[in-house]
Amino acid sequence: MTAEAGMQAWLASRVETWRQLSPQLEALEKSRNHSAAEALQAIDLYRALGRDLSIARRILPGSRVTKALEHSYAKLHSIIYRKPHDWRARLLSLFREEIPAVVRELRPAIVWVTLLFVLSAGAGWWLISEHPELISLLASEEMINGVEGGRLWTEGLLNVTPSSMLSIGILSNNIAVSLMAFCLGILFGLGTFYIIATNGLMLGAIFAFTHQHGMAGELLKFVTAHGVVELSVICLAGAAGTMLGEAVIRPTHATRRESFQHAATKASRLLVLCALLLVGCGFIEGYLSPDPNFPMISRVIVGLGYGMVMIGALTGALFGRKRVKPAADF
Amino acid sequence: MAAPQVTLQSITGVDVELRIAGVGSRSFAFVIDWHIRLILAFSWWAVGTLMSIGQLNFLADDGDLSPGYFLWVLLPTAGIYLFYHPILEILMRGSTPGKRMAGVRIVTRTGDIPGIGALLIRNVFRLIDSLPFAYLVGLATAMFTEQHVRFGDIAAGTLLILDSKEHDTSFARLTPANRSLDPRAADLIHELLERWTALDEKTRGEIGRSLLAQTDKSISPEQLARMTTLGLKARLQALIE
Repeated sequence: MTAEAGMQAWLASRVETWRQLSPQLEALEKSRNHSAAEALQAIDLYRALGRDLSIARRILPGSRVTKALEHSYAKLHSIIYRKPHDWRARLLSLFREEIPAVVRELRPAIVWVTLLFVLSAGAGWWLISEHPELISLLASEEMINGVEGGRLWTEGLLNVTPSSMLSIGILSNNIAVSLMAFCLGILFGLGTFYIIATNGLMLGAIFAFTHQHGMAGELLKFVTAHGVVELSVICLAGAAGTMLGEAVIRPTHATRRESFQHAATKASRLLVLCALLLVGCGFIEGYLSPDPNFPMISRVIVGLGYGMVMIGALTGALFGRKRVKPAADF
Repeated sequence: MAAPQVTLQSITGVDVELRIAGVGSRSFAFVIDWHIRLILAFSWWAVGTLMSIGQLNFLADDGDLSPGYFLWVLLPTAGIYLFYHPILEILMRGSTPGKRMAGVRIVTRTGDIPGIGALLIRNVFRLIDSLPFAYLVGLATAMFTEQHVRFGDIAAGTLLILDSKEHDTSFARLTPANRSLDPRAADLIHELLERWTALDEKTRGEIGRSLLAQTDKSISPEQLARMTTLGLKARLQALIE
């Protein structure tokens, strides 16, 4: 048999198998609950396809058949190597193990970012106390006029906007701020510092401004229920952002790109929890905080209670994580 | 210049090169997706607004938007526009309608299907890539990085590869009635017929005659020389059908 005839015979013997490939791969890709027999069949097909591709590359280099075989082979490869699909176990592992691990790693960053926020708030308070006219740089004209007229902008908020609309507006804004604080960490952490510092500055300045008009107590009453978690989450997102910045400044992997990717994957896990906590904050801020009939003591209980929930979630205790005692040294 | 590639390394030792999509394919896919999501979001808004006139209270008594309109019309409209990419990329395993039409697909840097986490990170970084407007940051990074990736891809460890659907038809062409036909010649005949109208008459005539001379020994050189391009095409088609 000549080489040409051998090639013809080989092609003829494989054609039917290849013609079935497309629907087979489609079925394998769509289904998620394969039996052991199906998985073994897929692995056999993978081996056979690898062999065919190897031969096709030799006898039909650059042909469309070879390209089609490469395409099918790559597709089957990605199907075989895709991660197991178990939502429940994955979520449990995320909230019970992975997020607490990221929080432990980020402890120093959380402390520093919180300190930056507090210092910025202090600076904002000092700035407006010393130069009250500068409030126009940090607050809207409407807000300033309201406070100067003896009326806090949070008063009657529920009469202007329904709670549902208010909640969604607030939570989407807070999520956007947190995501920006995280993403801007890519600028060597400077973007994160900017977001944290400006938020702190504005908070301090507005408290100072309302204090000058005798309404700081009212503002504190408004923020107590949601503020504990909301401000903490912004600091947490900022800490996650500094992780990105640090990965670029001091790479932990072979390249800055790899280091950045590793940090982004790790830190983004914390953002999932931050987003969920902000949803809760949005509802509190939309339904409870603007309600004038909701007493201060209840606000303190809600604020501290939600704060405890946040700590429980950050440590994993809320999701049944057991505290592991460090092994004793002998 | 050849497109940059990523190697998919397999346990069988047979590696496959995946061609990385350039800025053109990437932008093309984005523009298609942008139109689709804009049409979807606008349609929802338009239908919702039309339905709300006279049915729901479009405006509250004081002239502000009613909660019903906000929750059922405006919120889903914003949701369709903002979550189009993350939701479809997760559901379609790294693809979207626009990416399919442009023949590109998202894969991990090892060539695998990306997980939900990676796809979400990729989309979160749109906040940076879309700055200051019209995805200028993303476009610039895609232009100047070796693998044409934007910040979202760098953070998620993903790439956009070329993934044409035409491969699926290649195997179907392998079963010519004429079993004695050389598969390489069959491949060339298919390609010639596909490009038939794009080639000028002289070129297609020359290539067609050359292919027929090699594959169809029943035609004499004199007959071949006399054949019109229409006759050539019919003869070539008969060989592969």
